Amino acid sequence: MLLGGGVALALLWAPEDADQGVSQRIFYIHVPIALTAYACFAWGAWKALRLLWTRAERHDLESYTAIHLGTIFGLLTLVTGSIWAKISWGVWWSWGERQLVLFLILFLFYSAYFMLRFSIDPGPARANLSAVYALFGVVMIPVSFLAIRLAENFIHPVVFTRDGPQMAGSMFATFLVCLAGTLALAAALYANELTGKRLDARLRELRELLT
Amino acid sequence: MTGYLADTAALARKDLLLELRGREILPAMAIFVVAMLVAFRFALTGEQTDAAAGLLWVAIVFTALLGLGRAFVAEREQQVLDGLVLAPCDRSAIWLAKVLATLAFLILVELIALPAFGLFFERPDGATVAAVLLADVGICAVGTLIAAMAVAGRARELLLPLLFLPLAIPIIVGGVGATVAEDPARYLGFLGLYDLVFAILAWATFEYVVTE
Repeated sequence: MLLGGGVALALLWAPEDADQGVSQRIFYIHVPIALTAYACFAWGAWKALRLLWTRAERHDLESYTAIHLGTIFGLLTLVTGSIWAKISWGVWWSWGERQLVLFLILFLFYSAYFMLRFSIDPGPARANLSAVYALFGVVMIPVSFLAIRLAENFIHPVVFTRDGPQMAGSMFATFLVCLAGTLALAAALYANELTGKRLDARLRELRELLT
Repeated sequence: MTGYLADTAALARKDLLLELRGREILPAMAIFVVAMLVAFRFALTGEQTDAAAGLLWVAIVFTALLGLGRAFVAEREQQVLDGLVLAPCDRSAIWLAKVLATLAFLILVELIALPAFGLFFERPDGATVAAVLLADVGICAVGTLIAAMAVAGRARELLLPLLFLPLAIPIIVGGVGATVAEDPARYLGFLGLYDLVFAILAWATFEYVVTE
């Protein structure tokens, strides 16, 4: 019920901004996606912490699913950000855009997370290692952000100054709606993925019992 | 607390003794870093010597990776780690000892690498040396934990650089900044902050990496 509602809301809300315009409107998609990715990573790390704390196995799957989604949203952020950069600055990639650079580093970091997971056999060891790595990830976010800000001074002397987005009320409302939409979409996908993965795990258990 | 320190000292001593007798890691790291600096000399054309500072940092990180890749191999191959985990000592002492041993190797190698860098490119100044020392602490603190993770996987040699390099990007930023910037204090401070944050995190989580 909740899942259907979430998907419906996200589907109904998303087109609202999609037909509003082209270039600058990508902001309404790009920024909520980025924030949603952060939310996913944070949720994944929280679940990882819970796993190390309580040793309950279900947290492992939840943490993994959240980070999986976060990585997908992170990739989408890179893509939409790149499109935005192309439209407003004429280049596909700019080292001056802090958020995008941060997402590139995070994307690399979390890609390695999957490599880690896939190279270890399922079990408590894998759960622990993934959880520790996920915790490193959430600490990486502010540290990398700081690093990128520091790096700008010598990599990129001219900092892009965009007009501070003094958002009008209606724009802000649209932004909030979009943010809620992507968050709902992420939550729905999360619930969906989790159900699927739990089913998979259950099926595997049953199969093992049979053989 | 004295027990903790004694455990750490004993474990670190074990690693140093092993290296002293086997001489496996240190010579490899030293030759690697010098070879890398020579290769960089030819990778740069005349006007690009400014880039040398950055390459010094790449050389340090990769050399550290080489050493870290071997850090837990002996433990895994001889099943020492299982014994250590069962031993009645705090598990984080294992981490701390390994960090100290790796740090000692890295600093020894840099005693060769920094003069070599000075010989081939330009003499590193005080800020660079300070940054290298601070970065070493961060590299070893994070790297040891990651190395312990990587040996648990199937593709261990493959996994370590993959896991470690994204985490090392802030170190490279801080290090290069301290080398090239007019006032290096901010970058040194950043490196110190990195060391502190990740050392605490690694210290607290190491137990979960080696136990099930």
